[in-house]
Amino acid sequence: MPETPPTYRYLQSHEWHNLQGDSVTIGITQFAADELTDVTYLDLPKVGTKVKANQRFGEIESVKTTSDLISGVSGTVTAVNDALAKTPGLVNSDPYAGGWMIKIKADDPAEVGKLLSAEDYLKKTGH
Amino acid sequence: MLKRTPFYDFHVSAGGKLVDYAGWEMPLLYRSVNDEHEQTRKSGSIFDVSHMGRLHFSGKDAKEFLSRVVTRNIADQKVGQSRYSLVCNDAGGVLDDVIVSRDMKNWLMVCNAANREKLVKHFTDVRRSSGLDFDMADQTESTAMVALQGPKIIDRVAGILPVDVKAMKRYHFETSSFMLVKFTVFRSGYTGEDGVEVILPAKMAGMAIKALASGIDKPDATVKPAGLAARDTLRLEAGMPLYGHELSETLDPLSANLGWAVDLTKEFIGVAPLREIAKTGPKRKLVGLELEGRRIARQGTPIVLDGNIVGEVTSGTFGPTLQKSIAMAYVDANHAAEGTQLAADLKGTLNPARIVKLPFYKRQ
Repeated sequence: MPETPPTYRYLQSHEWHNLQGDSVTIGITQFAADELTDVTYLDLPKVGTKVKANQRFGEIESVKTTSDLISGVSGTVTAVNDALAKTPGLVNSDPYAGGWMIKIKADDPAEVGKLLSAEDYLKKTGH
Repeated sequence: MLKRTPFYDFHVSAGGKLVDYAGWEMPLLYRSVNDEHEQTRKSGSIFDVSHMGRLHFSGKDAKEFLSRVVTRNIADQKVGQSRYSLVCNDAGGVLDDVIVSRDMKNWLMVCNAANREKLVKHFTDVRRSSGLDFDMADQTESTAMVALQGPKIIDRVAGILPVDVKAMKRYHFETSSFMLVKFTVFRSGYTGEDGVEVILPAKMAGMAIKALASGIDKPDATVKPAGLAARDTLRLEAGMPLYGHELSETLDPLSANLGWAVDLTKEFIGVAPLREIAKTGPKRKLVGLELEGRRIARQGTPIVLDGNIVGEVTSGTFGPTLQKSIAMAYVDANHAAEGTQLAADLKGTLNPARIVKLPFYKRQ
């Protein structure tokens, strides 16, 4: 299992956030991907959609279940990972890179720093 | 406290993700559902199915008793044959779907894990009220059972198992001893692929798994372990019903397209209401649905036509081999024709769904 990236920030609901400048890339952790089992479909917002902190921005579906996707920050969607439409399995095989879901231009990039560190995420989720 | 099968240690050592399934600690998956599914379609997989019930019937009236409790005609069933059948309640609802096998002296019934206790009670009640003379022995926990499934399985096990599996016909079985261990080998399965199911003494499970699954950890292994999740996607592509989804005590076998396993000319528990249904035809029918897109219609999803609910999904998945979203659903009989365009109501979004022929997948 790949290491939980130490520079990313997390929600207890297993989404990771990678801040670069004022752009935040969001995906889900390996632990979440493993729990879902093979991902079969993602419902992601369009570019330009406003996203609110701690609210649902999309949905992820696997053989086993359907689950909401939550953003830890507010902002506007600037990019969506189109590769996931054809190859949703990227979320399972490469969750921290190729399996990214959306990029957001954060209203307040400092919001990211308030999310869980990798260490706290692992502690809180007990794995 | 969850029950463990004789293969528990194997599941742990093979990295199985264990879950509670009908009171048993069973592997949901070992690697990934898609990987295990495709391994079964292209080569071979080994499934632990020891949680399934194994009931033996013997004695003077065993045959007559079984004939009363199952829907299938067993009068002409030969020694060495297995038959799929239903056990119904008085109303014609399904208590379980089972496989009945006839041995030299005994009859064996393999039933669903979740229904074993219910069936034992039902059979005990029938024995009391009928006065029929037979013995019933529950051998579930003294034996183990594995399913080996896939196109390369027969060649692979031909050299290992002590019976001639290549000559064995489908839905036939043979019992043989190998190093003093009694094996019963059935040419059957629940994946849509060719293969065998093997019953053996519980205490021999460790030894057997070493022989049957040697080299499974190699990436190009012919046979790899597969869990319950893949078993479900495989059976669904193959259009096979699962108790608790397509079958229940309030659903009858005729509506479930299982008329071929129901002999209405003989007397059995539940026959009268089933004869009535056969006269008028079922009100609802089990159909296969192919959905547009990749979304999954799960159990309970309403099926809609022109704004009216005309059915309900019983099982749905994204078929790993077919690469299509598929489902089985009960649909009002007047809208159940092949090719009918319906919609699955996915939390308010109507997703087009078309009735297609079952099974979704058939091996070449």
